[in-house]
Amino acid sequence: MPGQPLDVPLEHLLRELTPQVLGTVVRRFRDFAAAEDAVQEALLAAATQWPDEGLPDSPRAWLTQVAFRRMTDQIRSESARRRRESEMVLEASRVPEATTTIDAASEEDDTLVLLFMCCHPALTLSSAIALTLRAVGGLTTAEIAKAFLVPEPTMAQRISRAKQSIKDSGIPFQLPTTEERAQRLRAVLHVLYLIFNEGYTSSGGPQLQRVELSREAIRLTRSLRTLLSNDAEIAGLLALMLLTDARRLARTNKEGDLIPLTQQDRALWDRQQIAEGVTLISATLPKGSVGPYQLQAAIAAVHDEAARAEDTDWPQILALYDLLRRMADNPMVVLNHAIAAAMVHGPTKGLELVDALKADARVANHHRLDAVRAHLLEMAGDREGAVKHYRAAAGKTGSLPERNYLLMQAARLLSELRLVDGQE
Amino acid sequence: MKYILMMNATKANWDAYAKWSKQDLQRNVAFMRAFSKELKDSGVFVATEGLGWPNEAKIVRAGKDGEPITDGVFAESKEFLAGYWIIDVESTEQAYKIAARASAAPGLGGTPGSMPIEVRQVLSSFADLGL
Repeated sequence: MPGQPLDVPLEHLLRELTPQVLGTVVRRFRDFAAAEDAVQEALLAAATQWPDEGLPDSPRAWLTQVAFRRMTDQIRSESARRRRESEMVLEASRVPEATTTIDAASEEDDTLVLLFMCCHPALTLSSAIALTLRAVGGLTTAEIAKAFLVPEPTMAQRISRAKQSIKDSGIPFQLPTTEERAQRLRAVLHVLYLIFNEGYTSSGGPQLQRVELSREAIRLTRSLRTLLSNDAEIAGLLALMLLTDARRLARTNKEGDLIPLTQQDRALWDRQQIAEGVTLISATLPKGSVGPYQLQAAIAAVHDEAARAEDTDWPQILALYDLLRRMADNPMVVLNHAIAAAMVHGPTKGLELVDALKADARVANHHRLDAVRAHLLEMAGDREGAVKHYRAAAGKTGSLPERNYLLMQAARLLSELRLVDGQE
Repeated sequence: MKYILMMNATKANWDAYAKWSKQDLQRNVAFMRAFSKELKDSGVFVATEGLGWPNEAKIVRAGKDGEPITDGVFAESKEFLAGYWIIDVESTEQAYKIAARASAAPGLGGTPGSMPIEVRQVLSSFADLGL
């Protein structure tokens, strides 16, 4: 094989090719679990051989061929084992010839089918996330384990259970029917959204690997969008990710402390990514089928377009949250809506909206409820009340950076109170 | 040899911590961060985690039918695990030294807190029969 230099970053290329190769192998052998293992082996072989031997003429055909060979080896040894065990002469299983011809028409569908399969509602969310990253994203089990801060055998087990569930549920390797398509697509978008969030909201742990998760979510959403360019919610989700991720560098200081939106150094925001997100959401919204991801992207765009925090167009954000609330019954949306209402109509209005959530079991004991209440009480000038609720929120959050942030807020207010007392 | 260094605190200690000044909190958080980095840099670090507030802590036992029976009413003096480090060191003395460093984490007013650190050996999964 002629040795071409590796001019394309190898990892990126392998990840791009993963779903295409896997699709071809599953189509041929009709065994998703085994095909997935075979493709992972082919990826490993490529990662070790290509840097020395150079890029093959057709990397995709090379990978497909290696994966096919693994599959046939496995089938042969399986049938040999069965022969030995049963002492019956079985008809040699027909092994398909490896082929380098690629059916271009089915290739795009394959990636889609894989995404739908990995995000099937029969799987738990954590399984769906892990399987999507491996089978469609081309990440190794070790990489995924590292990103989720769990031991590799744990992640390996999660992935193999996910594959077993797919096998048991008899999900066919084909696109969902028209009737269930919209609902299944929502499940796919939800998984991509969670992958993004996992990378974005964590400041603890080895940060680099986590950033990788957000990038991967953006890459997968981008490729989903090229496959289904007419779906407005895919565009909405992609815009939301771009507009949110653009603030990454400003979101924490170098010690890893959280910095809220209003206090971020906006010079650190990624202007190029904001421009892309704004263009995308501006082109998508007028098309008419507005959904929750588009609205959240529109809100993110309004924030990103303000040169300073005080320039934020809160009335527009409030109007968007009004729409979002009508579309999705989600207490977290209500909390954000309350903040926007407070910015437009004053903290009393915001507190009224927050109070209405006390009876909502989904959020009654959530730290965000206390954190938002504390913020609004502070806006209203009730420092004692704010301190109490910042501390309550600190006691409930599951994130250490967030706990530190909330305790510092309480401490800051308390020192202001003492200052006032001292002056009197 | 692996050792676990455990920080324990009563509910009253937790509540007092929540009332520290911003400067004291910052000093303490910065110390914890630097301490973990120091353990990593010196090649003894295995794991560390901080635990959530004990407000929601429960003791769980299996009932007759195997269903969980929870108990969550504790005396104020009860100690809760607040966080831990697991380190891999050459000797018990080294573990004690590192535990003393953790214990000296800045407390109120930035002076060493002398927080008690429980040091216990973590059993190895390999038997060393000296053969």
